[in-house]
Amino acid sequence: MTIRVFNPLVPATRLRGEMDRLFSDLAANLPWPGWLAETGASAFPALNVWEDEQCLYAEAELPGMQMDDLELLVVGNELTIKGERKAGEEDEAVYHRRERGVGAFSRVVRLPVEIDANKVEARLQDGVLTVKLPKAEAARPRKIEVKCVTK
Amino acid sequence: MTTETTMQRKTDSEVTQTEPTRSGRQYRPNVDIIEQPGHLLIRADMAGVRGDQIDVRFENGTLTIFGPAAQRQQQNTEYLLCEYGVGDFYRTFRVSEAIDAQQITAAYQHGVLTLHLPKVPAVQPRKIAVKAG
Repeated sequence: MTIRVFNPLVPATRLRGEMDRLFSDLAANLPWPGWLAETGASAFPALNVWEDEQCLYAEAELPGMQMDDLELLVVGNELTIKGERKAGEEDEAVYHRRERGVGAFSRVVRLPVEIDANKVEARLQDGVLTVKLPKAEAARPRKIEVKCVTK
Repeated sequence: MTTETTMQRKTDSEVTQTEPTRSGRQYRPNVDIIEQPGHLLIRADMAGVRGDQIDVRFENGTLTIFGPAAQRQQQNTEYLLCEYGVGDFYRTFRVSEAIDAQQITAAYQHGVLTLHLPKVPAVQPRKIAVKAG
């Protein structure tokens, strides 16, 4: 067993380096996707984002909401999801549990590439919002033909 | 100093619980339980479940809801951002009120399961006449 003695002369950068390593190790060994998010509260709605060559895709779980309750904005490489979940109104009601959050929310995510805002498509089915964000022409990977010039 | 004994208390995890027989992750849906005169109303957030595959059971005062959710992306998808996992929804409740099991109704819309559990009409108080003989 190694015993580390705290040395106040160790530069703060080394500590930061160690913290970074700790977190990257942690991220690399996540037991399942989303594990980190489940351990603590974070911005709402929680998002999963992935990509292929042409598009980015963002998905969020928004049960109890309809498209009319939502507002999506895409400017450059920023996606904004705004909305409100209304509280149910019941007469003479006694709440035994109230775990479902209500109210307005807004979240802005910065995406790694520029988005072609005119071609964004959104779909909401069974409380799952899927946004298809086509990458701007300039951001797409391009295959460059290499011409062989023979003399 | 405390003395060590070989006897150990049972931890919470050893208490018998319902165990899933399906593999994959299970999530506990967030619910609202609302009591109104005459019935209980339960709303559960279960996004991305197929309505016709939701299983609702009421047996011996235990209400069980199960909603299987299929993975929506391929297994090997590399996420740029991954803040939640997708899996089946499962939760059980003990319902202390007398419920008329035959009259329970369930509806699934926009990712929310709504259950309507009517109470058994209260037993009417009855006066028993005593005959004097």
